[in-house]
Amino acid sequence: MRVNGAAESLDVEPWVSLLDALRDRLGVTGPKKGCDQGACGACTVLADGVRINACLALAVQYDGKEITTIEGLATGDDLHPLQAAFIRHDGLQCGYCTPGQICSAVAMLAEHRAGMPSAVTERSGELDEAEIRERMSGNLCRCGAYNGIVDAIKDVAGQEAR
Amino acid sequence: MDFLRPTTWEEALAAKADRPEAVPIQGGTDVMVELNFDVRRPAALLDLGQVAELRAWGMVGGFCRVGAGVPYTTIIEELGGPLPGLAQASRTVGSPQIRNRGSVGGNLGAASPAGDSHPPLLAADAVVEVESRDRGVRMVPATAFYLGVKRSALEPDELIRAVHVRPATGPQYFSKVGTRNAMVIAVCSFAIALHPGERRVGTGLGSAAPTPRRAYEAEELLARELDWQAPLDPALLRRFGELCAAAAAPIDDVRGTAAYRVHAIGVMARRTLTWAWNDHLGRRAA
Ligand SMILES: Cc1cc2nc3c(=O)[nH]c(=O)nc-3n(C[C@H](O)[C@H](O)[C@H](O)COP(=O)(O)OP(=O)(O)OC[C@H]3O[C@@H](n4cnc5c(N)ncnc54)[C@H](O)[C@@H]3O)c2cc1C
Ligand code: FES
Ligand code: FES
Repeated sequence: MRVNGAAESLDVEPWVSLLDALRDRLGVTGPKKGCDQGACGACTVLADGVRINACLALAVQYDGKEITTIEGLATGDDLHPLQAAFIRHDGLQCGYCTPGQICSAVAMLAEHRAGMPSAVTERSGELDEAEIRERMSGNLCRCGAYNGIVDAIKDVAGQEAR
Repeated sequence: MDFLRPTTWEEALAAKADRPEAVPIQGGTDVMVELNFDVRRPAALLDLGQVAELRAWGMVGGFCRVGAGVPYTTIIEELGGPLPGLAQASRTVGSPQIRNRGSVGGNLGAASPAGDSHPPLLAADAVVEVESRDRGVRMVPATAFYLGVKRSALEPDELIRAVHVRPATGPQYFSKVGTRNAMVIAVCSFAIALHPGERRVGTGLGSAAPTPRRAYEAEELLARELDWQAPLDPALLRRFGELCAAAAAPIDDVRGTAAYRVHAIGVMARRTLTWAWNDHLGRRAA
């Protein structure tokens, strides 16, 4: 499996989740374990660009796949635009949910660009607040930093639109 | 624990026949929760993720044949036209992350009375294609698939290969009551499908009985009394809601009381029929 661009080879028991493999075997601790049952989104990573809950994936099922975590988003010292926007808009307090929020937002913007509808839209149009909240509904924030998170995403979506 | 990793459907069937106790895993959004919390530590896991055909859909004999592993995201993106009810229900499952992995096959395999795909499958007369190495294919109508809470007609040596659903010929709607929009198991849900060619309306109730079920008496009422050219008669709409509510046999649990569920089914039945009827008349006028 490739993790953030580097080939990794590991030997894990079949029941080990992708989350545990990343954190405990590879030391990639950006993805967080909030609930271990798919309900909080803190473990969100990108698998071949698709956002998934790493806690609900078996590591062995991702043999040969490209996994991207928060650690893999920046280019050298240049933050990913969403990382920078989260800082600018105070899209975090304790930061526990943030790696998952940002990975989720990266995929969410890509889904929206590809015309994916959500439960609140018929035709996927502008990313307004309701759209962003619905499309980010798989990521909880116990600190309630939602306003900053939405503003950060809106900001980046706006930059893309320009 | 053994990990079985077939790459073709034939290998998968052989593995299940040789190891009927093996637990299939597709998207893992149900199975992994059990593994992570040690609810079960099965003797073997049968990973279906390498069987590419399970993630494909196509038209077969006038039916839309949806592979058991097709994720909800694909249903939303590609099947909103032919299977609007199932696509609407898919939009409400879990979260975007869950929908990227979770599948209708997994929803059927879990056979939870709260599974969101069941009501639209019932309303649209879906048929489940199951297969074993030794006894071949069985086509099981959705109405005969659900046997009890988390129990289905699937035999231990069988796997679900696909569901077959006729493309919609009329409006379809899905409605679900939950405490918030995302990641909630439905308190109860309701699906409706108009079949104007047959002058018939299909229904599906979720979380309203030990199994997902149809409201047959309500369907019969409409088959008898609905005038397909006219606006909806409010009295008929009310009786439809009452008969749908009467078809429910729910329980009290942490998510809601039985009485609330019966009430909610009646409300959703009236609401979805009204939406569907407006579309139907609009379509005819257009
Ligand atoms: C946070 C969270 C929220 C959720 N929200 C919803 C929701 O809103 N609505 C809803 O309906 N569900 C919900 N679920 C449950 C789950 O996502 C769905 O049931 C999903 O459809 C399961 O699909 P899967 O491919 O992930 O199944 P898996 O977990 O891989 O399998 C589920 C079951 O089906 C069996 N199985 C899988 N494939 C086959 C096959 N081909 N043949 C035979 N048996 C098979 C497995 O052995 C297992 O018993 C939620 C789950 C989580 C964790
Ligand atoms: S830890 Fe995976 S969703 Fe909460
Ligand atoms: S910033 Fe603390 S959980 Fe979101």
